[in-house]
Amino acid sequence: MSDTAVKTKYALEIEDLQLAYLVRGIPREVLRGVNLHVRPGEAYGLVGESGCGKSTTAYAALRYLPSNGRITGGRILVGGDDVTKMSDKELRLFRAHQASMVYQDPGGALNPTVKIGRQVVEAFTVLGHDRRDSEQEALDALRRVRIADPTRVMQRFPHQLSGGMQQRVVIAMALACNPQLLVLDEPTTGLDATVEAEVLDLVRALRHETDAAILLIAHNLGVIRSMCDRVGVMYAGKLVEEGDAVEVFEQPKHPYTIGLLECLPRHGVRKTQRALYTIPGTLPQIGTPLPTCVFVDRCALADETCRTVVPPVVDVNENSPANRHISRCHHIDRLNQMPEPPEAEVEAVLEGKIVIQMNDLSKTFRQHGNDVPALVGIQLGLGDGETVGLVGESGSGKTTLAKAMLGIYEPDAGSEIKLDEHLLAGKAANRPPEDMRAMQMVFQNPDSALNRTWTVRRILKRTVKKLTGITGEAADTRLETLADALRLSPRHLDMRPRQLSGGLKQRVAIARAFAGDPRVVVCDEPTSALDVSVQAAILNLLSDLQSSESTSYLFISHDLGVVRYLADRIVVMYLGRLQEEGTTDQIFNGPHHPYTEALLSAVPSVDGEPSERIRLSGEIPSPANPPSGCVFHTRCHRFMEGLCDVEEPPVVEIEMGHRIRCHLATTGELAAEPVVAV
Amino acid sequence: MQVPPPDADGAAAAVEVDAAVAAGDDVIGEAGPITGLAYDMRGERRQAARERRRLLLRRPGFIIGVLIILTWIVCGVGGDKITPSDPLVPNDTSSLSPRAGHLMGTDQLGRDVLSRVMAGARDVLIVAPLAATLSVIAGAFLGLLMGYYRGWVDEILSRLVEVLLSIPVILMALLITATLGSSKIVVIGTVAVLFTPIVTRTVRAAVLSEAQLDYVTSARLRGEKGLFVMTREILPNITPTILVEYTVRIGYAVFTVATLSFLGAGIQPPSPDWGLAVSDTYALIPAGQWWPTLFPALAIASVVVATNLVADSIEAALAA
Amino acid sequence: MARYILRRLAFSIITLFLLVTVVFLITNVFPSDPGRQIAGPFASQEQVDVLNEQLGTNDPLLNQYGRLLRSSVTFDYGDSFQVGQPVSELLWPALGRSAKLVLYGLVLTVPAAIAAGMFAARRRNTFIDRGIVTLGVASSSIPEFVSGVALQYFIGVKLGWFEVLALAPRGSNLITELKHLTLPALSLLVVYFGYIARMTRAGTIQALDADYTRTATMKGLSTRHVMRRHVARNALQPTVSVVGTQIGYLFSGLIGLELIFNYPGVGRLIYNASTSKDFPLLSAGVILVGIIYMICTLAADLIIAWMNPRARLQVTS
Repeated sequence: MSDTAVKTKYALEIEDLQLAYLVRGIPREVLRGVNLHVRPGEAYGLVGESGCGKSTTAYAALRYLPSNGRITGGRILVGGDDVTKMSDKELRLFRAHQASMVYQDPGGALNPTVKIGRQVVEAFTVLGHDRRDSEQEALDALRRVRIADPTRVMQRFPHQLSGGMQQRVVIAMALACNPQLLVLDEPTTGLDATVEAEVLDLVRALRHETDAAILLIAHNLGVIRSMCDRVGVMYAGKLVEEGDAVEVFEQPKHPYTIGLLECLPRHGVRKTQRALYTIPGTLPQIGTPLPTCVFVDRCALADETCRTVVPPVVDVNENSPANRHISRCHHIDRLNQMPEPPEAEVEAVLEGKIVIQMNDLSKTFRQHGNDVPALVGIQLGLGDGETVGLVGESGSGKTTLAKAMLGIYEPDAGSEIKLDEHLLAGKAANRPPEDMRAMQMVFQNPDSALNRTWTVRRILKRTVKKLTGITGEAADTRLETLADALRLSPRHLDMRPRQLSGGLKQRVAIARAFAGDPRVVVCDEPTSALDVSVQAAILNLLSDLQSSESTSYLFISHDLGVVRYLADRIVVMYLGRLQEEGTTDQIFNGPHHPYTEALLSAVPSVDGEPSERIRLSGEIPSPANPPSGCVFHTRCHRFMEGLCDVEEPPVVEIEMGHRIRCHLATTGELAAEPVVAV
Repeated sequence: MQVPPPDADGAAAAVEVDAAVAAGDDVIGEAGPITGLAYDMRGERRQAARERRRLLLRRPGFIIGVLIILTWIVCGVGGDKITPSDPLVPNDTSSLSPRAGHLMGTDQLGRDVLSRVMAGARDVLIVAPLAATLSVIAGAFLGLLMGYYRGWVDEILSRLVEVLLSIPVILMALLITATLGSSKIVVIGTVAVLFTPIVTRTVRAAVLSEAQLDYVTSARLRGEKGLFVMTREILPNITPTILVEYTVRIGYAVFTVATLSFLGAGIQPPSPDWGLAVSDTYALIPAGQWWPTLFPALAIASVVVATNLVADSIEAALAA
Repeated sequence: MARYILRRLAFSIITLFLLVTVVFLITNVFPSDPGRQIAGPFASQEQVDVLNEQLGTNDPLLNQYGRLLRSSVTFDYGDSFQVGQPVSELLWPALGRSAKLVLYGLVLTVPAAIAAGMFAARRRNTFIDRGIVTLGVASSSIPEFVSGVALQYFIGVKLGWFEVLALAPRGSNLITELKHLTLPALSLLVVYFGYIARMTRAGTIQALDADYTRTATMKGLSTRHVMRRHVARNALQPTVSVVGTQIGYLFSGLIGLELIFNYPGVGRLIYNASTSKDFPLLSAGVILVGIIYMICTLAADLIIAWMNPRARLQVTS
């Protein structure tokens, strides 16, 4: 193939890209020879754990490097022009005309002090268009990203728009120049699943209108699967596998890819069926010298060859060059020898005795002199050893419910929380030590949850002492048992949190929660800050602990796959109210509350798309000013005028233990078929 | 009471690790059976402390600052035992310009300026650090209580802090010394009281952001009393902030005490205090007699600048 | 915006009320005998009593408090103990002169400091950046009267570039007046340059590192455009805030400078009032400076609210 032919064929070509960060003057390798090619109109996804270099690759494509970043080798061609060789002016023109980017946090990506209109117009004036034309083009651009009222939005400041709207604006700016290359760096991370679905729908629709090559970075494999034609799997600055997205997800050919996919709870697998696969070890730090195969230290198939011979680039689809599927592995023929995750030792919990019962639990905050009801009349019980999953969008009151139960927020008068049939004081401080130790919490962000000036030993010992009253040598013994159960080695005990990885920190936090043999542990998104391989280990640990200690979990998560894996029952919340409650099967199999239906269909699944997609319109309303009648009616796709907006729906028990708050439940018109295969 | 933040989607945090790695932060690996990274953690920690010390010692500002301060402490402690001549007694012709025998000349009363500058370190170096210490203790105490307990007491005290901050310290001190008269005790008390709101505000802000963190919630969930949470959990985390504030306060205490002495509301004659000396002699500058004024003035500048350089270096080293 | 201004004003008024209360408490809570202090230790007790009666210091405390509150609204503080003239007649002309000096100082300081701060931020961690920062730390920690005497000697006496005393002869034109004011204004610059430059540098660095600046760069905008349109507006908010608070604090520095350069402004007036225990004048002076501080911080907050719509959402930081 001649050189010119290649030029016309690909919009983005990254060839043997090597990049290093200077850390205290020493270059540390981040990218160790990355090769990838994206055709015009093609969407290419990059996946891998945090720190593997995927974002660095994306930013390098527009030559946006941190001040200590250096491209040390290779080249990046966009439309045939070498980005690494451009002068500052050429680079500026290249960014204006040929390449664009959409960023992770749209709120931060927009200038808070400049009106939306001006920011969008700027994307056109930079192309040399005159001001009047640019304004018209900006309006069109906003319309193009499905913003219904662009004139009004132009007059707004970024903070006056929701996250989803902000991201639309960023996308509109990115498309202004009709770019050859569009890089999306975690465009939906941090957005609610419902908003994520909207944004992804938009990008999918726009793909047909542009000829741009899309490079998508996401840690969520479902997002990649649902968006991309081809996918590359990155590890320690190298692509270890690359190929057609469906093929890579269905028939992965590299041990790392297999590991990543197996870490996820997929195909509706439950904790009672099997444990999750985990990838032992962790990503090597940047700059550390690596053996011939970068993955060898964590690979279950590794042998001596892997350490001495550079693995070959094997094309699995050798016979069809149009559909390259490569893997850097010596042992493609032995992939079926990858160890299976162990069978589950977890028993399903049936009809456990009720540990915690909340009756009519409400919590009203005062804000600027207004009453803001954050929880309204919650009725919920947790059985012995049971896991109740709590789902709903941001702002639905999940964490407030947990904190009210724990007594961190004092519930309103008239609320009732019973532990083993006896009434609990509203405030944690007023509860006797016995009640206090019965309920503990694992927080979302372990950095915030652990005192950074304390050693792990001190954190755990103090908790043991306060919760159990055990002191002295007995406390040390207890501490060791605890550390052992959480697989914390003695050397970890003398470290401070900042010396531990995220997964280890979270294990310390879990150890702390279990220090006093709790009856109930609230897990508030305990794995959402972690990589999938670490998440799997934590989930396994939680479910092991549960079965040995017979603890109940109130498990809050936005990840429905995780909830499905772990929860025995699921509760769906919206605007501080329970909307649906049932066993995990009931919730996933239907009939569904319309809100649940929308939540389920919003999930981008690693295993393909759901058959039917329901999109929620609008934002979650302010709890200070909830809609009349059914609080969900403003966004409901099954809204019935004159009923839903007037009358509050009753809670109907449509089958044993499956309760739904919807007018449709009384008439039996709820959607019945399962929506998604998480 | 505020509405709690919505359930944030934590997935965002996952990506930040990328940045941490890029910044070269050392993160220790998950303990797994095949992990290839073995670290001696204690060694690592000692190394971090050593690294911080090294960073501090490598900053010229820190070295210079410490040397200057040490010099003045020696002068202050030595007092008239080490000065070339008695700082309080005229012992030569008045108004001699700098020369051999009187390296800084003599003042209008014939006292040796060098001796006076050396001896002048004593009072300000007692009064200012003492005032700063008292204000930091009081401010840390108030800031912890206000930031941790919040509520209406905090509301009122915060308003009061704002008010006290709205008047320059020097003016307030003039008002107080005009009422109470000036003595060392009054000056120490006044400066301490006037600096307290400033320290309080800094500490309170630090406590507020600290108290939002989950480890504080977790401490409450195991039944810790407020006093324990404030002193054992939060205080160690805000100690760097307080330390920096303390050094900065010492510098400004010197600044303030010197200014008050200059205005006749601070250290009183016959002390050879620098501020006093400047105030006694500045009127002679237009006539060209600069030495009795400028040398003590430079002495003041050197102490304040040195303290601030040290504070700045400590802050930078702690941030690294 | 209107609501924001109203709330912010209400907040200022409460602060002012508390300020008057604090001043009243300081001057009254400690046992003092203004009559004795003014008349001196050798006056007879009768003379002192008569004096105290005239001054109203024998009235019930509540009445005196009410009087001070009323005065703060009308700005009629009665007569000065010492001079016998109404306090306001003394304060206003002095304030005018001080304002001239402050304004001149600000004109010299603020643009230079902002330029230096932004320059340093864009050359972060280079030699020149460290130089500017260290210079800023050093210069801002020197008391005004110290830099005042140094400048007076070196520039005024030794080099003879500017006048040594600040008050221009009556009837001088503006240029002459400014020449006289240059040395004290430069002394203000020495102190406030460092503060403002460091604040600007920190704000600029934050804005340069912000995601929206990345967006602007990635749009292909020129560096000039990025700096002007996207960085400056965000970077200068802390600077505006610090200038606002520092104007109030400038007045404490003025005391020393007005003494050294023999300038009849508010500072010297307050100094004289404090040495002669002239409490009406002293209280009025302190409250006046407090009011100036409040006006300046209010103005700064309003400017920030105009610069950043998000800031309008909260009244107090």
